[in-house]
Amino acid sequence: MLAKRIIPCLDVRDGRVVKGVNFEGIREVGDPVECAAEYNKQGADEIVFYDITASHEGRGVMLDVVRETAKRVFVPLTVGGGIKTVDDIRETLRAGADKVSVNSQAVQNPQLIKDGADIFGSQCICVGIDAKKTPAGNWTVYINGGRIDMQLDLLDWVKQIEQLGAGEICLNSIDTDGVKGGFDLPMLKAVVDAVSIPVIASGGAGKLGDFAEAFERTDCSAALAASLFHFHELTVQQVKDDCRSKGIIVR
Amino acid sequence: MIAIVDYGAGNIFSVKNALDYLGMPNKLTEAPAEIEAADEVILPGVGAFPAAMKMLHQKGLVDVLKSQAQKKPLLGICLGMQMLLETGYEFEECAGLGLIPGTVERLDAPGLIIPHMGWNKLEPGVDCPLLQGLPEEAFVYFVHSFAAKCPDANLAAWVEYGGKVPAMVYDGGNVFGAQFHPEKSGEVGLQILRNFGGLV
Repeated sequence: MLAKRIIPCLDVRDGRVVKGVNFEGIREVGDPVECAAEYNKQGADEIVFYDITASHEGRGVMLDVVRETAKRVFVPLTVGGGIKTVDDIRETLRAGADKVSVNSQAVQNPQLIKDGADIFGSQCICVGIDAKKTPAGNWTVYINGGRIDMQLDLLDWVKQIEQLGAGEICLNSIDTDGVKGGFDLPMLKAVVDAVSIPVIASGGAGKLGDFAEAFERTDCSAALAASLFHFHELTVQQVKDDCRSKGIIVR
Repeated sequence: MIAIVDYGAGNIFSVKNALDYLGMPNKLTEAPAEIEAADEVILPGVGAFPAAMKMLHQKGLVDVLKSQAQKKPLLGICLGMQMLLETGYEFEECAGLGLIPGTVERLDAPGLIIPHMGWNKLEPGVDCPLLQGLPEEAFVYFVHSFAAKCPDANLAAWVEYGGKVPAMVYDGGNVFGAQFHPEKSGEVGLQILRNFGGLV
């Protein structure tokens, strides 16, 4: 059976890791290549770079980061943020990424998912989603880093994504993101049950047991965290040891 | 020197990156003469079986791969592994290189997600020099929708995914095939590549 994946995410702006990273023993704390290498050493199953660069020039810098990382880190690499066109997908994969993650652009232009999957294969198209609960009890999809409510029902959107050929969904809960109280399990479970492609849980991990809980209570395939790993509160290895001790298959 | 066969399919740079990282001399090439001159050959590949076989034919690489496999170690990776078998059934029936007995057919894993994508644990089959020195629990990274069907005598490792899915095939001599991506399988994958480099 497939192992459950633990995925650290690095937010990168203009080629530097955002939020001070304080790993011990790495030469340059803000260097995404060094950080990725450290996560690799800790046993990360995949590494996500999320590019929050606004400028066009920044994209070239991000591609350099991917190129350098691919020379030193031999687990799958995913790049999200700033990917707007099929050409952007092609450039990113050529630089050495194994997958791209599209978010706001996919909501505004769902054809991007289909074109990407048709040309490069579903396995390299991940769709990132930011969603939030409504007073009515369902969830809606937000874009632009959680700033704009698209009034699009989450469960309708994930089914559409799957039909368009996405290979994977990375589901971030705006309600639990940054709260550190655990993943948004009701939302996660609803999405996992609605589709048959893998779902990555994101947003809310605050302590060791949160990861195992997501795997025990839902059929999600992977769990992602950023600041928890950035600030060295937990290592990937600690999370995996905890999962393993609870009978969850991890690498 | 390891020749990485560059016939226009898939991301071959990750294979090259891994060999460079390990300090194993290598060259991307589509020239039959360079494949003949190499000590070992890697046949990578991502994409569809008939299209990739067609490219091998167009570039005049089929005969050289078959003849060199008698003389030096050959490692097929992912689709490159599938092409080592006799016949593929992706979209249409298509002859492979026939270096390993068997066929390539759509993965049949009822209730499980296709493609089989992610980390899965190797289970041992016949003895194979590429799998020496691995930890007891060795996970490797897969992305595929089709899989080999071959005799147990050629099965060096398999994984459980709705049944026994071939992970590494071996002819008992020079020919090896990895359905997974050793170049994306962390330390375990690097060890497999090191073992391959150590054959000569």
